[in-house]
Amino acid sequence: MAESKITLEQVRHVALLARLELTPAEEERMRADMAEMLDYVDKLAELDTANVAPTAQVGEAGTPMRDDERTNPPAAEAMLANAPSRDRNYFKVPKIIE
Amino acid sequence: MPSELNKLTIAEAAARLRKRDISARELTRDCLDRIAAIDRKLNAFITVCDTDALAQADAADKRLASGDAPALCGIPLGIKDIYATAGVRTTCASRILENFVPPFDATVIERLRADGAVFVGKTNMDEFAMGSSTENSAFGPTLNPHDLSRVAGGSSGGSAAAVAAHECLGALGTDTGGSIREPASFCGVVGIKPTYSRVSRYGVVAYASSLDQVGPFAKSVRDAAIILRTLAGVDPRDSTCSARAVPDYAAALTGDAKGLRIGVPREYFVEGMQPEVEQSIRAALKNFQSLGASLVDISLPHTGYAIAAYYLVATAEASANLARYDGIRYGLRVGADDHIALYQSTRAKGFGAEVKRRIMLGTFALSAGYYDAYYLKGQKVRTLIRNDFERAFEKCDLIVTPVAPTTAFKLGEKTADPLTMYLSDIFTISVNLAGLPGMSIPVGYDANNLPIGMQLIGPPFSEETILRAGDAWERAGALKPRQPAI
Repeated sequence: MAESKITLEQVRHVALLARLELTPAEEERMRADMAEMLDYVDKLAELDTANVAPTAQVGEAGTPMRDDERTNPPAAEAMLANAPSRDRNYFKVPKIIE
Repeated sequence: MPSELNKLTIAEAAARLRKRDISARELTRDCLDRIAAIDRKLNAFITVCDTDALAQADAADKRLASGDAPALCGIPLGIKDIYATAGVRTTCASRILENFVPPFDATVIERLRADGAVFVGKTNMDEFAMGSSTENSAFGPTLNPHDLSRVAGGSSGGSAAAVAAHECLGALGTDTGGSIREPASFCGVVGIKPTYSRVSRYGVVAYASSLDQVGPFAKSVRDAAIILRTLAGVDPRDSTCSARAVPDYAAALTGDAKGLRIGVPREYFVEGMQPEVEQSIRAALKNFQSLGASLVDISLPHTGYAIAAYYLVATAEASANLARYDGIRYGLRVGADDHIALYQSTRAKGFGAEVKRRIMLGTFALSAGYYDAYYLKGQKVRTLIRNDFERAFEKCDLIVTPVAPTTAFKLGEKTADPLTMYLSDIFTISVNLAGLPGMSIPVGYDANNLPIGMQLIGPPFSEETILRAGDAWERAGALKPRQPAI
């Protein structure tokens, strides 16, 4: 295989962006898997797309509009029922600001 | 002698329910008994809803007795565990949502409830719908009812297996790159991925939002048409959802395939395909000719680039969609002193290997310096693939291809190398990139008695055409369906 498309340093940087904690073994496996995929997707470089518009959506054109009206009543208890940690009507999180 | 009402089709059961020849409770009971008898082996369900299902069946019986009940009233269905179901846990086959109980219903669940459908349980899947074998489930793989040493396909493997094994009469799946059609093919049932925007995605856990689409599994084309009619239609809660009127799909099933021009793309009959798959599809095409359809040689020249484009677009969208699983408002939280470490450890423990792999690839494809070379390039190639289909449909009404290059593979056969697994979607992925409707119907068996599926692809919103063609083929009787071994 040619020079790897991705280094361990890059894997660690992307993992931080993605908020994923990887073990050293996972980092190495991830580097190998990502390198394989990046090699594979390189085949797209064969295609000249200089004058091709990108497709982001394949649905029907236009954005439907609606009146800004409340359709669902407040349901704090239902919203908080799945909270991993709560205090009364609040989600509890670690302290962020010193 | 058990009554085995669970073996009925939806059309048959609906007729007998209306005659009050059988009750929804008896029908549901037979499905639940079947689940109790075999699902420990099959693992098609993550959660079985005995009590709720029987209550829904009793309510359906009341409605049926009063007359004027909708088509799906009293019909037991399996629901992929990706749909929000109020009060019933929705795991997406992930540890991160293992105990998540949604406070609301997905739009399609609401519609099925309004019709009086019965939900027997939530079906197994690849975690976050990422996979082609259901081996990526945090709850263990679903096995193929035709051969328990083989996969059911994925990601909607639980739904496909449950319908094939008569644990329910129909089921819901989702399809982002083949996740309805491939498992339907592997398990020998009918599966439809409708046109993108035909069905609301509200309340469906998002994987790749520009590709995800909701669809049914069933034992016949007619049954699939009946379910699709209830699912489809505009929804103000999904801004991508089409406002087009929903046809009565079952009424389109005339049994007539005369005059249909069927495109056969040369790029879909390739080296390395299992010979029996090609033989079955060629034979099915001959059947179509004897029904009065004509075959047209077509080319979809960018087919070979579809998987590469898909794994850039889909993973990029996934990396954004899955950012919401942060351990704050719902789902798993793995404690830590500071918030970044909390996110990292929660996601490390909550996600499986394939989900992490796709989040990483997608994050990379979107990251500074790589966006143009990867994500944008993928989107441009998506345009080329879409254009291929547009040109092809100038010459034909629908396209027929195999669903997958092989029949169901062995458990563990493709788990070591992710790319090998990705390649099993080579014939289905382009359809999602182009937003087209695609259907899988069983057309044969290989030497190991494993089902072979045929894919019918149409232009946007041509569901009636592909359903009509599939139904005409099915009714012509070239396939003698074989019951699964389990």
